[in-house]
Amino acid sequence: MSVDKDTVRRVARLARLAFPEERLEPMAGELNRLLAWVEQLNEVDTSSVEPMSSAVQLSAKMRDDVVTAGNMAADVVKNAPLGEDNYFAVPKVVE
Amino acid sequence: MSDLTNLTIAEARDGLTKKAFKAAELVDAHIKAVEKARALNAFVTETPDLARAAAAESDKRIAAGSARPLDGIPLGIKDLFCTKDVLTTAGSHILDGFKPAYESTVSRNLFNDGAVMLGKLNMDEFAMGSSNETSYYGPVINPWRRKGSTTKLVPGGSSGGSSASVSARLVMGATGTDTGGSIRQPAAVTGIAGIKPTYGRCSRWGIVAFASSLDQAGPMARTVQDCAIMLKSMASHDPLDSTSVDLPVPDYEAAMTGNVKGLRVGIPKEYRIDGMPAEIEALWQQGIAWLKDAGAEIVDVSLPHTKYALPAYYIVAPAEASSNLARYDGVRFGLRVPGKDITSMYENTRAAGFGREVQRRILIGTYVLSAGYYDAYYIKAQKLRTLIARDFDEAYKKCDVLLTPTAPGPAFGIGEKTDDPISMYLNDVFTVTVNLAGLPGLSVPAGLNSEGLPLGLQLIGKAFDEATLFRVGGVIEKAAGLTPRPQAWWEA
Repeated sequence: MSVDKDTVRRVARLARLAFPEERLEPMAGELNRLLAWVEQLNEVDTSSVEPMSSAVQLSAKMRDDVVTAGNMAADVVKNAPLGEDNYFAVPKVVE
Repeated sequence: MSDLTNLTIAEARDGLTKKAFKAAELVDAHIKAVEKARALNAFVTETPDLARAAAAESDKRIAAGSARPLDGIPLGIKDLFCTKDVLTTAGSHILDGFKPAYESTVSRNLFNDGAVMLGKLNMDEFAMGSSNETSYYGPVINPWRRKGSTTKLVPGGSSGGSSASVSARLVMGATGTDTGGSIRQPAAVTGIAGIKPTYGRCSRWGIVAFASSLDQAGPMARTVQDCAIMLKSMASHDPLDSTSVDLPVPDYEAAMTGNVKGLRVGIPKEYRIDGMPAEIEALWQQGIAWLKDAGAEIVDVSLPHTKYALPAYYIVAPAEASSNLARYDGVRFGLRVPGKDITSMYENTRAAGFGREVQRRILIGTYVLSAGYYDAYYIKAQKLRTLIARDFDEAYKKCDVLLTPTAPGPAFGIGEKTDDPISMYLNDVFTVTVNLAGLPGLSVPAGLNSEGLPLGLQLIGKAFDEATLFRVGGVIEKAAGLTPRPQAWWEA
């Protein structure tokens, strides 16, 4: 499973990272080195092993299904780079 | 009175109780130390005014006889913890100007117990690094230097501002977070103590997320006892973090009885890795001898899947990070770089806001989670995690605690390992297994190498058995008989 320039371009697009053309090739090289390194996991037969789903074997504590917070719109939008009247502002998405 | 900054937390608590000095004096002495140490670049934000106000409140409570456990104790908070109305950057450009409207549970617990924040500590960007060189705010400098040398060394990472500021006597203790070793490795290379508690012991609420199944907060301080004092305050069950556990938090200080007679200490043979420096091996043997002398029983154990821990980690952590970091979109907080439409605004913001290491990990994470690769990488790595955790379960049938080195070497020079990501990742070779298995690990300052640089030993415990780590750690610390303190060259 080798990564080429086009794969980096596609993955960068999926990750919403603008990636300059000249960095695609070097990044493909870096990813290939890493993927070759993690390849060693295939030495281990895991066909009868369950994947870990939780680091600690305790059941989650339940709480009452009630509203515990809210009415803090001003706090929620306080750090937005752009917004008004408790709304976030983004570039036009619908023509 | 002459050097309030050299006291331990335990000593400062006694001094405040006996009214030998005031919280205001203790805090002022530390504020001055912070001002004189800017060459270390340990702080992203200093908050002296908030600290003085908090110290005044502490003095009132102490005078009224209603002192809290940490009243007047000056601490630094890693810049990964959201602090209400105080800039929180995670060491990243993308969080420019972010002032949270809320307080993280861990920092709130500390402040409720009277602790005083001196400021926010520098760190690797989003806690991704082992040397503090990936911070947008520049590298932190280790207060330690090689004997006769002025070469700048790294303070470890990602909690490098925490390790440097505790070691340099700028703060009495600091919060850290540990996803693959980010508390223990920096503690080891700066001559201080640090513990990563069991996953779930401290709430993750309000801590900027890196890899949610691995992240855990913990204390860093100059003695094992000081870490015990801090963890007692930091740990809690929190309804806001469903992975925090509802278990009683023991009195960790009281657990430090100094008695390890009959305790079985496991030595995992897989931690004797190729190319390990002789001084690390010698320190490990010294640690074994100390515990044997104290009456502990030494047991050889095997953790056969150890070599797969780092590669498994470098699938799981980037995968979870790529998902967690999706929230930085230029809409809700931090940096925003315009684009011709909303997608290019996202892409430009993230390209400008994230540094190279973070981008690398987002790409790896996105790749291993992408259609067709999920089973081959992520599920495979999670299966290895099961095997790694099982190794520990087997070992704990024969022993109560494990002893290993913390890091494969002492602090290295700035820029020495930045060209090769995998060589940088190897710094976490002894610490990362613990995160994958969710267990607690404590690093204890145990010696100085031939160049005068600190080295640490790591104790690994059973889940939720931090108390045993403090007990054994106290014995090692006493046997080592060190109070490592770097020369204050940065004040010159």
